[in-house]
Amino acid sequence: MYNFNYHCPSSLQEAESLYAKSEDPMFLAGGHTLLPTMKQRLNAPTDLIDLAGLTELAGISREGDVLQIGAYTRHADVAASELVQAAIPALAKLARGIGDTQVRNRGTIGGSVANNDPAADYPAALLGLGATVVTTKRAVPADEFFVDMFETVLEEGEIITAVTFPVKGDAEYIKFANPASRYATVGVFINRHNDGVRVAITGAASSVFRCSEYEAALSSSFAESALNGITLRTDNFNEDLHASVDYRAHLCAVIAKRVIASMV
Amino acid sequence: MVAKNIGEPVLRKEDARFITGKGNYTDDINLRGQAHAFFVRAPVARAMITSLDCSAAEAADGVVAVLTGAQVAEDGLGSLPCGWMVLSKDGSEMKQPPHPPLAADRINYSGEPFAVVIADTLQQARDAAELVEVEFDELDAVVSVADAQSGPQIHPEVPDNTNYDWELGERDETLKAIENAHHVTRLSLVNNRLIPNAIEPRAAIGDYNSGTDEITLYTTSQNPHLARLVLTAFVQLAPEHKLRIIAPDVGGGFGSKIFIYSEETVVAWAARKLDLPIKWTADRSESFLTDAHGRDHVSEAELAMDENGNFLALRVKTLANMGAYLSTFASAVPTYLYGTLLAGQYKTPNVYVEVQAVMTNTAPVDAYRGAGRPEATYLLERIVEIAAQEMNMDPAELRRKNFIQPEDFPYQTPVALEYDIGDYEASLDKALAMADYAGFSARREASVAEGKLRGIGFSCYIEACGLAPSQVAGSLGAGVGLWESGEVRVNPTGSVTVMTGSHSHGQGHETTFAQLVASQLGISIDDVEVIHGDTGKMDFGMGTYGSRSLSVGGSALMKAADKIVAKGKKIAGHLMDAKSEDIDFDDGEFKVRESNLSKTFQEIAFAAYVPHDYPLEELEPGLTEKAFYDPANFTYPAGTHICEVEIDPDTGVTSVVKFTAVDDFGTIINPMIVEGQVHGGIAQGIGQAMLEHGIYDETGQLQTGSFMDYCMPRADDLPNFDVGMTTTVCTHNPVGAKGCGEAGAIGSPPAVINAITNALGVREIDMPATPLNVWQTLQNATHEDARGE
Ligand SMILES: Cc1cc2nc3c(=O)[nH]c(=O)nc-3n(C[C@H](O)[C@H](O)[C@H](O)COP(=O)(O)OP(=O)(O)OC[C@H]3O[C@@H](n4cnc5c(N)ncnc54)[C@H](O)[C@@H]3O)c2cc1C
Repeated sequence: MYNFNYHCPSSLQEAESLYAKSEDPMFLAGGHTLLPTMKQRLNAPTDLIDLAGLTELAGISREGDVLQIGAYTRHADVAASELVQAAIPALAKLARGIGDTQVRNRGTIGGSVANNDPAADYPAALLGLGATVVTTKRAVPADEFFVDMFETVLEEGEIITAVTFPVKGDAEYIKFANPASRYATVGVFINRHNDGVRVAITGAASSVFRCSEYEAALSSSFAESALNGITLRTDNFNEDLHASVDYRAHLCAVIAKRVIASMV
Repeated sequence: MVAKNIGEPVLRKEDARFITGKGNYTDDINLRGQAHAFFVRAPVARAMITSLDCSAAEAADGVVAVLTGAQVAEDGLGSLPCGWMVLSKDGSEMKQPPHPPLAADRINYSGEPFAVVIADTLQQARDAAELVEVEFDELDAVVSVADAQSGPQIHPEVPDNTNYDWELGERDETLKAIENAHHVTRLSLVNNRLIPNAIEPRAAIGDYNSGTDEITLYTTSQNPHLARLVLTAFVQLAPEHKLRIIAPDVGGGFGSKIFIYSEETVVAWAARKLDLPIKWTADRSESFLTDAHGRDHVSEAELAMDENGNFLALRVKTLANMGAYLSTFASAVPTYLYGTLLAGQYKTPNVYVEVQAVMTNTAPVDAYRGAGRPEATYLLERIVEIAAQEMNMDPAELRRKNFIQPEDFPYQTPVALEYDIGDYEASLDKALAMADYAGFSARREASVAEGKLRGIGFSCYIEACGLAPSQVAGSLGAGVGLWESGEVRVNPTGSVTVMTGSHSHGQGHETTFAQLVASQLGISIDDVEVIHGDTGKMDFGMGTYGSRSLSVGGSALMKAADKIVAKGKKIAGHLMDAKSEDIDFDDGEFKVRESNLSKTFQEIAFAAYVPHDYPLEELEPGLTEKAFYDPANFTYPAGTHICEVEIDPDTGVTSVVKFTAVDDFGTIINPMIVEGQVHGGIAQGIGQAMLEHGIYDETGQLQTGSFMDYCMPRADDLPNFDVGMTTTVCTHNPVGAKGCGEAGAIGSPPAVINAITNALGVREIDMPATPLNVWQTLQNATHEDARGE
């Protein structure tokens, strides 16, 4: 790790102005993605702006059919939240399956979403549920938020303050974990509601994506068999030591069917 | 005779220290004024260093010095040697390239150190390391074992990148038997490369005292005396009496901390050169890149049988990867610890093995838990399993039929070893019962009904432990003897301090050895303190590896304790006016036979140190005895492992649903510790079989350089293990023990793979059987079936 200046602002405004004043700043949330890269000297911010003191980013609340989770909410708190468990149990389950205890006690939803790791779990929930990412500048629908591998629409200095999830229909998430890292080799999130079916897949491709082929098939018949014979386009699928493109494509169908089976 | 206290599952004395954070590991030690070392490592696998400029680094904040390979050479520091000579078929000596502690002009693997920055803080050393200006002329790397001999030559001293071409056994007889056999099973297989990953990374602190001209080296070693011998006699770091090595608490080794590495050598050398304590602790990435890796064989084998399935001959050809340099034990692993084990538990009359050791531009490969014996067991137990398939015989019964029988012992194998004792059928039967083999087909049907595949696999392993009879080892090319030392110091109040040349890095010696000595002396184990790991405290010893500590080190302690009792009898005889021959020692009391006179052990100890009433003209005061024990033979732990798996054919995910291990370790001192050793070994074996794989890409970059890609077994990957014992007592050491540290890792991998091939209905699958690998194997099998129809 290189030396850096550490700041712990107590308001969003202060955080933004610190960011504007610093040479090469970065925001710090749980640090479970950022700090390892700094230790390996792959990231070298001059200034680290810790979001821990911002009450604006804290808390889980529900208003009618909208569940709001503050950006600085730890995975463990989402997993344990009765509000989340009652509103969208699949989301609590997803949080419970992230990393290990230490990771869940530090990592935050804002950090995970901002990072957009192609194998991360939360992006599947955001896209699958049609969530909205609320930032210091705007509110961005999940469909527009995730751009590509480790890339989002976030601009310089823009801070995620919360994620809002519509509470509608039922949902389920199953991850097929990479045996070593336990990130998602393939994770499938399905949300079925009155207006149709949303299917989001993480891990398989360079970024989380909505699987329009599955959505179309499931909208007309919500059954495992609806997925038979569907071949996914795999041009941007990932290939690594743990899974080939073919295997990932195969797993998409297998895991999606398991999600469906657990919902019908 | 082994007495009470032995066989009790006493809780480990050392655990209170370890689990309350009171352990004293090398990195916990901080010396006044110490500086920190950061090694500058090659980012490429094979290259010439065309220029190296350290001036900017030297000028950086806090930097004390930047030392390079050139300075190592200037100071006359020798090469890090390999300790075992292996002769080729033609009688020529193995080709050993020099291994400089810091590379001077050529880089031979990615991660190889070529300079070290020493600074006031680690941070400063790291910062300065980035200022070292180096240019490389990159060369094509040799990476895979299979291509090593045809690749560009890595070392001028090693033509064809081949260190030796070794053989063992009767070639002609074996070939003839294969040619004339009723059936020959043939198999090619790979033993996957493993990365050890002890929980404590390697670390070293060099400390120099200019007043006494003595270097003290604190280091994570399994064998501090051996390290001292190598660093003084071979590397010429210092005279032997001027180097003290302390290996304090060590957090796991699995073999990887046997070897003498660059970093501890350099840190000790630099400490004297700069007259400054210098500390280095590997980070996990350095451990991945530079701890000696394990296994990495490619083999072909043929097993010949008659029409009844009697084994007639086994022929094996193996290519063993040594990596970029010959590490301390490397040459012995695929030869003396591998070829000699290929008879297994079977009375195969002819065995012939050829091993070629080859060099590649990868980290050195050396002994890793089991060392050679897992590779032998994997090959043998895989080919036997396939032979059973091909002969249409039950795999358990084919094995049983070929077992060496209890009446055959001592049994001379065709590959040099003489097994002293064993009862292989007893282990097999017990394992079959514990694993409920009879109920397997019902369990399989139940799995099939749920869309799962179920398989069962066997492994009947044997290993040679208790390294080693020195004369045998010497005749095989060992550079050292392999006895062990032990000392029992009775204190005036009757408590006991035990010194051993063995080294504990997780094995629980402080408990096991205390039990052994306490029961010999009839005292409480709380009155025994076991001390190890400091060349300044105990006699020269050979350290811990090859499951040798109890059978060799424990035997030395037993001999020393016997001497204490013998001397105690003389003292007791004097005190009670009896002849020492008339004194019995039992349960801590010296008794005059056929009388009511007795003295306690503590009274005798006191009399020895306060010799007011004492036969000083015949007997020296004091009560301290030493012993050196050189074993007469290896020990031969053996047993049967049975693995049952269930596979999800949709995903390729394999669950080990049942694992049974029945082992014969001879006398057991502490069954709880032994079970723990077996559990750990099986976890590593399952890791090798299903999860772990050290992979380099074609340029020699380690692709599995972190836990994100290198998959270590975790608790939820493993079932509860069913562990059982059978016992035949080792015939030639006083403890009767055979050793238990490696058995789990040796026996389990073939059991797992045999279970998986059994479940999938295929002949072969390579380790590790990851979900991807299993799924791919199923796809290929389905395609082949489709093509066949
Ligand atoms: C061992 C391990 C296992 C893991 N396993 C999983 C897993 O199974 N599944 C999974 O999904 N993840 C996993 N993770 C990742 C973990 O969930 C991280 O915590 C998460 O990805 C990042 O969140 P963080 O709060 O730690 O963010 P940080 O590391 O602090 O920040 C990450 C990035 O996001 C930026 N950032 C943070 N917060 C904000 C904000 N509010 N607004 C704008 N930018 C922001 C930071 O500047 C930085 O660039 C694992 C991590 C580890 C170390």
